[in-house]
Amino acid sequence: MAVTRQAAPVAIVRQLSQHYGSTVALDELDLDIPAGQMVGLLGPDGVGKSSLLAILAGARQIQQAANGKTEVTVLGANLAKAGERNRVCPQIAYMPQGLGKNLYLSLSVEENLQFFARLFGHDASERRRRIDELTAATGLSAFLARPAGQLSGGMKQKLGLCCALIHDPQLLILDEPTTGVDPLARSQFWQLIQRIRAQKPDLSVIVATAYMDEAGRFDHLLIMHGGRVLASGSPAQLHQQTGTTDLDAAFIALLPAELRQQHHQVEVPPLLTDANTAVAIAAEQLSMQFGDFTAVDRVSFQIRQGEIFGFLGSNGCGKSTTMKMLTGLLPASHGQAWLFGQPLRPDDISTRTRVGYMSQAFSLYSELTVRQNLVLHARLFHVPAASIDARVALMLQRFGLTTQQDALPEQLPLGMRQRLSLAVAMVHQPELLILDEPTSGVDPVARDQFWQLLVDLARQDKVTIFISTHFMNEALRCDRISLMHAGKVLVSDTPAAIIASQQATDLEQAFIRYLQQAGAGEQTQNAAVSTAAPTVATAPASRHFSWRRLWSYASRETLELRRDPIRGALALLGSLVLMLFIGYGITMDVANLNFAVLDRDQSLLSRHYAQNLAGSRYFIERPALQSGAEIDQRMRSGELALALEIPPNFGRDISRGDPVQIGAWIDGAMPNRAETIKGYVQGMHLHWLSQQAREALGTNVSFSAGVETRFRYNPDVKSLVAMVPAMIPLLLLMIPALLTALSVVREKELGSIINLYVTPVTKLEFLLGKQLPYILLALLNYLLMLLAAVTLFAVPLTGSFVALTLSALVYVVFATGFGLLASTFTKSQIAAILVSVLGTIIPAVQFAGMITPVSALEGSGRLIGLLHPASYFLSISRGLFNKALNLQDIYPALLAMSLAVPVVLLLALWLLPKQERG
Amino acid sequence: MTSHRSNIWRLGQKELWSLWRDPVMLLLIFYSFSLNIYVAATSMPETLHKAPIAIVDEDQSPLSGRIRSAFYLPYFLPPVQISLNDVDPALDAGTYSFVLNIPPDYQRDVLAGRTPQIQLSVDATRISQAFSGAGYISQIVASELNEFKQHHRINTVLPVDLVLRARFNPNLTSSWFGSVMEVINSVTMISIVLTGAALIREREHGTIEHLLVMPVTPGEIMLSKVLAMGLVVLIATGLSLTLVIRGALHIPVEGSVLLFLACAALQLFATTSMGIFMATVARSMPQFGLMLILVLLPLQLLSGGITPRESMPELVQQLMLVAPNTHFVMASQAILYRGAGLDVVWPQLLALATIGTVLFILSLRRFRATLSQLA
Repeated sequence: MAVTRQAAPVAIVRQLSQHYGSTVALDELDLDIPAGQMVGLLGPDGVGKSSLLAILAGARQIQQAANGKTEVTVLGANLAKAGERNRVCPQIAYMPQGLGKNLYLSLSVEENLQFFARLFGHDASERRRRIDELTAATGLSAFLARPAGQLSGGMKQKLGLCCALIHDPQLLILDEPTTGVDPLARSQFWQLIQRIRAQKPDLSVIVATAYMDEAGRFDHLLIMHGGRVLASGSPAQLHQQTGTTDLDAAFIALLPAELRQQHHQVEVPPLLTDANTAVAIAAEQLSMQFGDFTAVDRVSFQIRQGEIFGFLGSNGCGKSTTMKMLTGLLPASHGQAWLFGQPLRPDDISTRTRVGYMSQAFSLYSELTVRQNLVLHARLFHVPAASIDARVALMLQRFGLTTQQDALPEQLPLGMRQRLSLAVAMVHQPELLILDEPTSGVDPVARDQFWQLLVDLARQDKVTIFISTHFMNEALRCDRISLMHAGKVLVSDTPAAIIASQQATDLEQAFIRYLQQAGAGEQTQNAAVSTAAPTVATAPASRHFSWRRLWSYASRETLELRRDPIRGALALLGSLVLMLFIGYGITMDVANLNFAVLDRDQSLLSRHYAQNLAGSRYFIERPALQSGAEIDQRMRSGELALALEIPPNFGRDISRGDPVQIGAWIDGAMPNRAETIKGYVQGMHLHWLSQQAREALGTNVSFSAGVETRFRYNPDVKSLVAMVPAMIPLLLLMIPALLTALSVVREKELGSIINLYVTPVTKLEFLLGKQLPYILLALLNYLLMLLAAVTLFAVPLTGSFVALTLSALVYVVFATGFGLLASTFTKSQIAAILVSVLGTIIPAVQFAGMITPVSALEGSGRLIGLLHPASYFLSISRGLFNKALNLQDIYPALLAMSLAVPVVLLLALWLLPKQERG
Repeated sequence: MTSHRSNIWRLGQKELWSLWRDPVMLLLIFYSFSLNIYVAATSMPETLHKAPIAIVDEDQSPLSGRIRSAFYLPYFLPPVQISLNDVDPALDAGTYSFVLNIPPDYQRDVLAGRTPQIQLSVDATRISQAFSGAGYISQIVASELNEFKQHHRINTVLPVDLVLRARFNPNLTSSWFGSVMEVINSVTMISIVLTGAALIREREHGTIEHLLVMPVTPGEIMLSKVLAMGLVVLIATGLSLTLVIRGALHIPVEGSVLLFLACAALQLFATTSMGIFMATVARSMPQFGLMLILVLLPLQLLSGGITPRESMPELVQQLMLVAPNTHFVMASQAILYRGAGLDVVWPQLLALATIGTVLFILSLRRFRATLSQLA
């Protein structure tokens, strides 16, 4: 499809360099991307393809070169300028790498589409029209209600495409859209793109891909390596330039010389087997059931010793699950498997030493060096201590890792990491290797090197290899392959026999035919994308603030919250449980204190003194003390909180009027409690004195202070009455802040934050939209706590309900705002948890006056107490619960508290980046 | 047997390496056992510290003046004289915790041998100050009154003196208590976070799957985590006790540090098992975080480390006997404050060992049962 029309380039890049730490992703890149064409970006992982695409989409910040000559212009807009970027971003659509990376997996197809359509400002009828059109064209219309997380890989990518196309972009940027998708879905995906382009000829498409066969169909190719463009041109031009016929070969020919020299064509010597060759793995009717979902459905096969057996299929077809069953990681629901003739039992340790396993994701310890990883695995597999060094050295040498032995795996390129994984799997000389997609994302040179190692292992060392892949050229090297789809094995045979059985030209075609016969693939292929131009011109929503976009985020967040009931339940139930526990548990009144008396007098008067104490509700008398040493021993054990020592001749001396001293020992281990005991004992001592004075001396004189104490607001000094109004501010701060912070950081971790970067949504709309559902949840939480306080704890709300609710509303807006603020500078969920918990508990418990009044604090603690809304809400809550106040009494505090709301929101707004940091 | 031990040893080494290369966790451990303790010890005010008090003096006599001047820092803020009408609004707004009302003709009545009543209004929502503060104020007024009476030879005072002495902490310095209790809180929190997060991280990185295909048993994997993380926290505890509490804060520690560390080791056995258990229940980091709060707060607040156990409702006291923290707090208080020895704290040690064993077995069973979901 040669395009003759010459237009201005859709994107111009000059002097673009991008560094991440010490790695160079892009190195002084200069390129022009022609408009109205399908442009392919080719190269292995880690050569800067994704960085370049993220920059072109406006998602990532541009690192300006020192000389200031860096320039990135897309659709005529300079992307370094925020204003121009915002203007042009509605015309660009971006699908990041990874299946469904920018989708919300708990949301249905329809909900995802509605979300994106609202972000681009379409009204309800326009949204309906576009969604119906796009889903009809992609065959998703039958699955509108299905959660995105339950779609197959190919369908996820189609949904991603629909979401990208919903706003009629001029430029479509696709980052490896077909990685991990089965060949049928892949071919359907490209047909779809072709149809869309046919109807919208001015649409420019930029695609990054690792599949050379796909790239052959593009108009224009850019071959990248090491952050630079090695060559560009149409596929035909590239073939001509390198004198090759297929792109794989062309790519290798274009590589720098030193890389090219590492490459050798993989030769697979034929497998020599006879009837006596033992069977390494046998599976019979193996099935795996997860709830209603059958992941693996009655799979049977036999793999002979020394054979390379390939498993082919899309992501999620059951390959990994089958492999996990064979390693003993998952117990099979039905069926049986045999390893080396022995029935497979998951708890059988001895067979594990004969198997090496390499899982799909790179899963070695990134904190251990290359060498440490190898040594650890060797030891855990019980390689004899004497031969560990030699074995590790051999592995390092054989897999070409000797020079990197002290590096951490993260510092290695992907291809080398895969070799390390293989080395680790081989370190104990297993007879069987189970490799789950070991070559995903690895460049062709490294992939061929890896395969050479596998072939050597199989043919020279007679290691049986069971490998899964979705590269057809790799499948062709296997002795036999199984095609898998939706949990079933479609066919098992040699690659040649499979091609022959479908009369196909190549394996991919044969696979597609098998898939079609199995009823795979979505049917509605003929419905076209009817109108390229929308009937209603998209009314461009305000670039500054749009309620519709805010609402779009808010309603999506609400849906997600509803789909994850555990989060909401933990928040609501958790706060009630905490209130219950703490309300009952924290008591400030000290009672039931154990005391004992060492009575050296044993007179009537001395016994009377002791009874005076024992009679109060605060003290419980323990068996009497006999000696000074016993005081020491029993106080040390913590049994006694108080010991009294009454001296000999106590009664006699009193009646004579001689001075007498009573000794009281208080356990000072808990200073708070000791202070209280001190007060009690002194009070009772005075009480006893005045009683004695009355009785013995006949005078009616009180030795007590004559202070009549009235405990206001809480006459019985019940902890609960005081603590419940204090707990509500604490819980209403901590939990909403935590949930809000997590909701944003989760998007960062899962990748959907990209939608903030590349859609017209503004930072304010994003923040408020995320905040709104959590404000509602927090208000619900508040009402529940209030209900529990009034009914369960019988703490009456004596003041105004309206005033309390109004204050609670202002307060939760602050609390959720604080969560947003915490989320702007945390990257991982665990960090967000720590920051929001420490950032709320400490001020609320220590500085807000919960235990110690703000006026009693000093220094920075006092300052925090005076500024933090928790202090004000605490005094409002106490005033309304205990002191029968109403709105006009508390409005100064309410006003003071309200001031903090714009402060946190503006700070969060200022700190939140609208682009990924470059 | 030897292979078990060597597997645990290798896996434990790996845990330590992983932790060593995780700066965030290291920082968290460092902060919890150093700065955090220091701040908790130095910022914790004494029970009655700068309590705000106001006085309505309707007498304006020498005696009432004497009472007014008896309230001073650091226990009370300088008393503010207010009028009777201001009392209710000021208490409503929470400006003062205490308002003392000296009635008219107070001194005259005292000199006449009557017992006039001074009224003390306490804001009982300030529960921590209400009790001890009211007691203090009564004491102060009483002693001023007695001195005044003696001065005027109104009557004889019974010559019985009460000599109060606080044992183990003679000046009742709050920081002694707060700092050590903060160490205990850190031990609990860090050990749960470390083991739980380590397991969740292995799950997220897919390395747990790798371990499971190796000839190591789930028991070995779990024991290695429990031992490695326990060791780290134990060392941090020992350092914190010697360098921060004794060194920087100059707080005397009465009893045997070694015995305390033995207690801490048993506590760690229980809490690290708890961390594993929580990590198998939680499906993601956010859930783990929420669960952490739900578990940590009751553990810290109700174990007797903040308020005395005997004042809690019976039910709470009984329930909290199941928590390892309760026994750990009891034993630590006995050892560190009162210098108790093994003869005194053995019941707590036994309880800790029992709880730890039960938790370990429960976690191990749960860990085994959920392994297939972890991979």
